[in-house]
Amino acid sequence: MFFLDNAWLVPLIPAISFIGILLFGKRAPRPASWFGVGAIGASWVLSVGALVQWIERIDDAGGAAGAIRAFGRSMVGAGAAGGGHGREEALPAVRPILHSFTWWTNGGADLRVGIQIDGLAVMMMFVVTTISLLVHIYSTEYMRDDRRYTHYFASLSLFSSSMLLLVVADNVVQLMVGWEIVGLCSFLLIGHWWEEKPNSNAALKAFFTTRTSDIGLMIGVVMAFFVVERATGTGSFDIMAVNEAALSGKVGHTLLMITALALLLAIIGKSGQFPLHTWLPDAMAGPTPVSALIHAATMVVAGVYLGARLYPIFYEGLSIRGGGVNAMAMVGGTTVIIGAALAFVQDDIKKVLAYSTISQLGYMVMGLGVGAWTAATFHLFTHAFFKANLFLGSGSVAHSGSHHSFDMKKSMGGLRKQMPQTFWTFVIGTLALTGFPLLAGFFSKDEILATAGESDFRLFEYIGLIGAVMTAAYMVRCIYLTFFGEYRGGAEGAPSSSAGTHGESHTHLSPHESPRAITAPLWVLSAFSIFAGYLNAPAFGIEKFQEWFEPRVVFPETLIHPEFKMVDAAIAVTVVLIGYGIAYAYYWARVLPQNVTERNAAARAGKTFLVNKYYLDHLYTGIVVGGIKGPIARASYWFDQRVIDGVVNGAGSAARMVARFTYDVIDQKGVDGAVNGLAVGTGELGGATRRLQTGRLQFYALVMFAAVGALGLLLWFSN
Amino acid sequence: MMLNQFLLLGAFLFCTGVYGALTRRNSVMVLMSVELMLAAVNTNLVAFSAYRGGDVAGQVFVLFVITIAAAEVGVGLAIVLLIYRNLRSSDLDDVDVLKG
Repeated sequence: MFFLDNAWLVPLIPAISFIGILLFGKRAPRPASWFGVGAIGASWVLSVGALVQWIERIDDAGGAAGAIRAFGRSMVGAGAAGGGHGREEALPAVRPILHSFTWWTNGGADLRVGIQIDGLAVMMMFVVTTISLLVHIYSTEYMRDDRRYTHYFASLSLFSSSMLLLVVADNVVQLMVGWEIVGLCSFLLIGHWWEEKPNSNAALKAFFTTRTSDIGLMIGVVMAFFVVERATGTGSFDIMAVNEAALSGKVGHTLLMITALALLLAIIGKSGQFPLHTWLPDAMAGPTPVSALIHAATMVVAGVYLGARLYPIFYEGLSIRGGGVNAMAMVGGTTVIIGAALAFVQDDIKKVLAYSTISQLGYMVMGLGVGAWTAATFHLFTHAFFKANLFLGSGSVAHSGSHHSFDMKKSMGGLRKQMPQTFWTFVIGTLALTGFPLLAGFFSKDEILATAGESDFRLFEYIGLIGAVMTAAYMVRCIYLTFFGEYRGGAEGAPSSSAGTHGESHTHLSPHESPRAITAPLWVLSAFSIFAGYLNAPAFGIEKFQEWFEPRVVFPETLIHPEFKMVDAAIAVTVVLIGYGIAYAYYWARVLPQNVTERNAAARAGKTFLVNKYYLDHLYTGIVVGGIKGPIARASYWFDQRVIDGVVNGAGSAARMVARFTYDVIDQKGVDGAVNGLAVGTGELGGATRRLQTGRLQFYALVMFAAVGALGLLLWFSN
Repeated sequence: MMLNQFLLLGAFLFCTGVYGALTRRNSVMVLMSVELMLAAVNTNLVAFSAYRGGDVAGQVFVLFVITIAAAEVGVGLAIVLLIYRNLRSSDLDDVDVLKG
């Protein structure tokens, strides 16, 4: 079990690389970046090792209890609605691997650092290191000749390290540390080109928005401590202890609910859920590989990961069992729809993908909210690959096709001929994202919907289906604008009709395929986009993802794992095809009325509403921030000037008086007097005795003899 | 056995040595005066040894004193030599750098 027991190496190696790149990167940027690639490569090897060993551990446990499992399977199938303890009989318990040491102790609370390696952690480690490795390789080409190449790779290393620290955390405090550092890296990388004002604004916005929601995480972490205290008598930050306490039934429902809601706030901010999703599209100001790594595949799913990690808290606190409506599913469901709707009106290809990410994160949170733990984490897994694929594809287009512009309407179009590899990988990513049958998204998204349907969350199943139509439509629109039609990005950017011809005179500027360092990661991710879904394809009787990665101890026992139903699949496929059809009819066949937004007032109003992003940014900057800046700021200023400054000044004056007294009386007269007196006394004594030191040897000898003689006389008389 | 004569001779030698050591300016003369004092002590030791009926402890002591005195003169003359080399004089009155 080497890889499982030593999983702490996985975050440590990129951390070393971070320091190494910072120290030596300035002198040798290229070798430093390859050092970063090598470090994350080593982490990747360790993660794969851990994954393999975890699967072996599961299989070993399963082999011993194979007969029981076969029996239990049928029990689950028969008694899914009954719930009960069928699951425990179904699968033998496999405990996570826990190693930790005490960091420091404070007031009886033991703060520890450690690893909790179970299926979820192993799965996330694999996702993070894989995507990070591919993004590192991609960046060596994409960021070539960047003015802050070294800092970029240092930040990537720090990000990988902290994300992995978050993933392996065995307690919520460590998780929070990782959570904050990834937020910092997100800030640094969004603002990578900070010379331009919008970029630094976007970085600040991302940072402040997520920080706002991090208040929820802090409250949640502290509350989790007291949840454990309520259940066992001693507080603890350990994730296992928190989950156990949440499931023990000894904790009041109100406490659990407040904890769950506080943590939900953290998820809303970090994972771009409505209404705090506004930072994520702006975060596209960062370099594209960063968007793929941080704002699509890993950091934004940290919220979902938190939800999956502390699932018992949410499960009990929000009463997810039994259907109906709860806060988590509502947040997720709303996000699915509003994210997808916004993706329609974006001209920037990365913003389309950003809103798509928001929408897909909505699926995950909704999945957690309807009790589809496995489906949600599975969707996290598949989404990481195909969304990273799409982001890196859009970066490839900008790098080699559209002169570093991301505007689909002005700089792209007709690129499928010049960039066939980028085109095909992008199509594969799109098909996987939209849930085309037998690709990754099909299995993961449909499992969320099926679970929602089976566990009496009908509403959310319908929301998910509507979202699927929209996803299909906006992604086809995106492909059309980027790869079909006429090339609109003339070398001079002139919007003339002749710009469509790829003039021979602009050969050095005309679109071309990207180098291999960019296309190779695209193909790897495309392969994952196609095949990742087969880890859990109930249609073929494969449920490996559930078997390997779902926790079997300290976990709600009444979760439903839906059987595969042809009807559900057929509905889902139909819905996706409808989405494709609408987009095809609009963009290719042009049978649907064009320019409807210019002719119809209602449609125009709707579009304006969407273009303005539901006016949420106006709400935040105009009303919330403006309100704070205006009267509240003035009131605080007055309070500051009059009350606080008064107190401070008063304290200052008093301190001065005390100081003056101390100086004059105690210091000058008392202390200095004593010291000076001592010095003067010593000096006078020295002056008196120096006369004895004549320096004449024979005088000394005389004194010595005289003294001996005197001593002799003394002895003589005293006897 | 007449002890008194020897003790008187020792006292005379010792007083001569002390007088020489305290009054002579030349450092070589001072060293010689110190030797006189040692000789006085040796005379006393030998006299007492003989007086106690041939107790050899006193005579052994004298041998040690003579050996040590030889070493002391060696060191002393070396110091005198260095003083002379530095000050171009062996006059003890000139050696007063420790004057306070």
